[in-house]
Amino acid sequence: MALLELKQVTRHFELRPALLDRLMRGRKTRVIKAVESMNLTLGNEEILGIAGESGCGKSTTCMMVAGLLAPSSGQLLYRDRDVNQLDSGELNEHRRRVQMIFQDPYESLNPRFRVSDIVAEGPRALRLWPEREISERAASMLDSVGLPYSKYWSRYPHELSGGERQRVGIASALVMEPELVVADEPLSMLDVSIRAGILDLLRNLARQRNFACIYVSHDLSILGNIADRLLVMYLGQAMEVGAVKDVIMQPRHPYTRALISAVPVPDPRAKRAAPQISGDISRPVDPPPGCRFAARCPYSDESCRETFMKLEGSSSTGHQAACHRLEAIPLEAS
Amino acid sequence: MPDAFGISRPGRVLRSLAEHYRIIQGNPLGRIGFWVVALFLVVAIFAPWLAPHDPWEMQYDSEGSFASLQPPSWQFPIGTTHLGYDLFSQLILATRTTMIIGAVSGFISIAIGANIGLVAGYYGGKVDEILMRLTDVLYGMPFLPFVIVLIALFGRKLEFVILAIVLIIWRTSARVIRAQTISIKQRQFITAARARGCSDLRIIYKHILPNVLPLLLLYAAFNIAWSIITEASASFLGFGDADTISWGGMLYELWLSGKTRVAWWWFAAPSLCIVILVTSLVFVSRAYEEIANPRLRKR
Amino acid sequence: MTKEALLSVRGLNVEYSTTEGVVNAVSDVSFDVMKDEVFGLAGESGCGKSTLIRALLRLLSSNGRATAAAINYDGEDIGSMPEKAFRESVLWKRISLVPQSAMNSLNPVYRVGDQVIEAIRAHEAATRAEARERVAALFDVVGLQAELMNSYPHEFSGGMRQRAMIAMSLALDPGLIIMDEPTTGLDVLVQERILRRIREIRAELSSSIILITHDIAVIAEMSDRIAVMYGGRIMESANVLDLFESPYHPYTLGLKNAFPSIRAIDSQLISIPGTPPSLIGEVSGCLFEPRCPFRIAPCARDTPVTENVGEFHQVRCLRHADVETFREKSTRKSTWHS
Repeated sequence: MALLELKQVTRHFELRPALLDRLMRGRKTRVIKAVESMNLTLGNEEILGIAGESGCGKSTTCMMVAGLLAPSSGQLLYRDRDVNQLDSGELNEHRRRVQMIFQDPYESLNPRFRVSDIVAEGPRALRLWPEREISERAASMLDSVGLPYSKYWSRYPHELSGGERQRVGIASALVMEPELVVADEPLSMLDVSIRAGILDLLRNLARQRNFACIYVSHDLSILGNIADRLLVMYLGQAMEVGAVKDVIMQPRHPYTRALISAVPVPDPRAKRAAPQISGDISRPVDPPPGCRFAARCPYSDESCRETFMKLEGSSSTGHQAACHRLEAIPLEAS
Repeated sequence: MPDAFGISRPGRVLRSLAEHYRIIQGNPLGRIGFWVVALFLVVAIFAPWLAPHDPWEMQYDSEGSFASLQPPSWQFPIGTTHLGYDLFSQLILATRTTMIIGAVSGFISIAIGANIGLVAGYYGGKVDEILMRLTDVLYGMPFLPFVIVLIALFGRKLEFVILAIVLIIWRTSARVIRAQTISIKQRQFITAARARGCSDLRIIYKHILPNVLPLLLLYAAFNIAWSIITEASASFLGFGDADTISWGGMLYELWLSGKTRVAWWWFAAPSLCIVILVTSLVFVSRAYEEIANPRLRKR
Repeated sequence: MTKEALLSVRGLNVEYSTTEGVVNAVSDVSFDVMKDEVFGLAGESGCGKSTLIRALLRLLSSNGRATAAAINYDGEDIGSMPEKAFRESVLWKRISLVPQSAMNSLNPVYRVGDQVIEAIRAHEAATRAEARERVAALFDVVGLQAELMNSYPHEFSGGMRQRAMIAMSLALDPGLIIMDEPTTGLDVLVQERILRRIREIRAELSSSIILITHDIAVIAEMSDRIAVMYGGRIMESANVLDLFESPYHPYTLGLKNAFPSIRAIDSQLISIPGTPPSLIGEVSGCLFEPRCPFRIAPCARDTPVTENVGEFHQVRCLRHADVETFREKSTRKSTWHS
């Protein structure tokens, strides 16, 4: 049984113009189709990376998995139970099992709380343990993320560096003993030299505490390093999924190929092919049916624009791409 | 230094009080304001013991004659009224009334305003609409006439004066706190709190409120100042509490006596007190303003 | 073929006076930028790279003070030029700037084309029509359609706004363009397009570029020569190939380990322990010393001077002679995290 399963999960946001605009200028309500018919499975203790550019829906997906946003349609199954159907008691239990790590270490900690309060807040809010035990667990969690509690217990966020703050964020998520951790770009606002340390921390803690992780990032180099499997999204649609090595070294979907060939390499001798892609990215507002990459794809044909593609491909390796023109695309050595 | 687990409640309260003291003292204006307000507070608390005479007793001067309309002297530091009442004693007891009204109205109105602002800002939608329309209605009410009408309707008692003031003053703080709540609620640490499982109420009062606190305290000081001015204005027009004396009431008595042109001491003392106390409260609030708006801080 | 130095900086220091004391944001920085080259300035946040640039262009905030032994542009002393002359003849005309978060530097109430036109006419006597033609040509150079001149900034995407800022920086044909984190915050595909464009522009116009970024991969792809900054000092500078293949400074070695590559997803990333140094007050000794796995006692006392270790290759390290052992040891995680 998969830990988490998304079945045709869709999330729309309505852009309603002001009443007067609607009446006088006939402006219609436009719809942002942030996530469209997503299918996803996640096993226990697996690290799934989600890659994509801005507007691709990865953050929205994060929020839905973490239970902070409800899908507009489709099913979000956690351990085979639909998250939308949970009653409030079960929802609290679910909250504990699925936790989230946020992107901005300067914004994700309450500036008026001390570190001890930040880490202890989750268990306190859900009344998981008696107060004494909560404090003990919080202290031990701080030690586990590399912040000795004797030094950091009473500090305020503004006294900490970016890396330290992010560790506090990780501690406050993991103190709940979750089974699934959703990490939304946790490294992008940190200095390069300390990113590796936080990445290691996450990886080690995931192994020690046996939780699965959905790691969302626009940085394919980092995803290559930490993820077991990789899902590539574009404008709300899943484009490709597979083992991280397969997707990065042998990308099949034209979008993935363009994306990977665009990533700069820290080696002055490395040569990169120009990405095969035209036009500019658009917003997922009132998009056409069918593949949303079709307009920029060098291999697209009429049917691409009309029919929506699901992920298909070899299920033995798990490497799938949402494209029916795969045969027409020459296999390139990367 | 390692801190003990779970600091006790009193410990936390003392610590925040100490922090507030530091905040106020850190600002030169705040310091002045603080000590002046403290002085008035002490006078208000010990008023009955500080007043040398009964404010409603006819006084006689050292020569034994009726001390009517005496300018300030050693015996009567702020002089006397036309009926021979000691103005200094009146002033001291009036300080108590004024401080009570100011403090009570100020704190009640900020409590109302803060809660309405927080709830409206956090929930948005229909709740916000209803609460804000209510605030708008009150914004449309002219302050003083409303207070006067209420008192005229229900009588010249202290409770009604406070009630009337409170009913109007909460409106400004509600608007302002709602605006700040809206901007805070969108910050990532609130999303994080929801992800950790905090209920709405917990988020409002445990997570958002501490961040709104500087602004709140700023408006608390303002509200107290406004309450004092309103009470003085209403009393001056004859709508204050009938049984207790306040600074505005003293000016009302002066007006009734018809001796305004003559007895400058009678006019000066209460007026100066009003101005000084209100200004001091504003000074104190300036200290919080620097925190509420970090851009005001010096580099 | 020896290139001539277009920009030559010697002994630049920048101080900020703050309530906490004097911050030495930049200390004793010397470097050259040759004609027709891309000079990469690498470093993490707080290392002083943006401050350095602002000092060069006299754009420091009021509590900042810059002193330099010499700043020469094309042989001419611009360091001691009076303010007015500097603003009129150097800024935008000889050295232009694409500032950090340039995307947010456009005034939202004016059309984009008008803003570039105004920038031109503020510095040169050109009629509106002439300026307009120039701007159309510039838009073409950066890959924006001419009609977009009439749009407002909010109608532009992030990438388009960045291109508009690059167009503005080219408006007066400067010989040197400084780009401060030009692609930070942009999506990978957009970044790729813009970097490609920058390379093409440089080929067409043969201007030099100072490229400031914390992204090691971008700097590897774009630069001819690189300087690595840490704590307000240049720790190492070299040709790009030499820097990547024969790095000398422990900080450079550490950065190489810490930076992931999409071509080497199996390799282990090693972070550099510790935090960036505080630059408040006088600091003696090497600023990287607290985090350096190869430190010895003198490193904390004696400030290393810049030494030549190869052609165009300079480093500030007391132990640069031992670099062979460093390079070997630095690839092991235990060296950094014992």
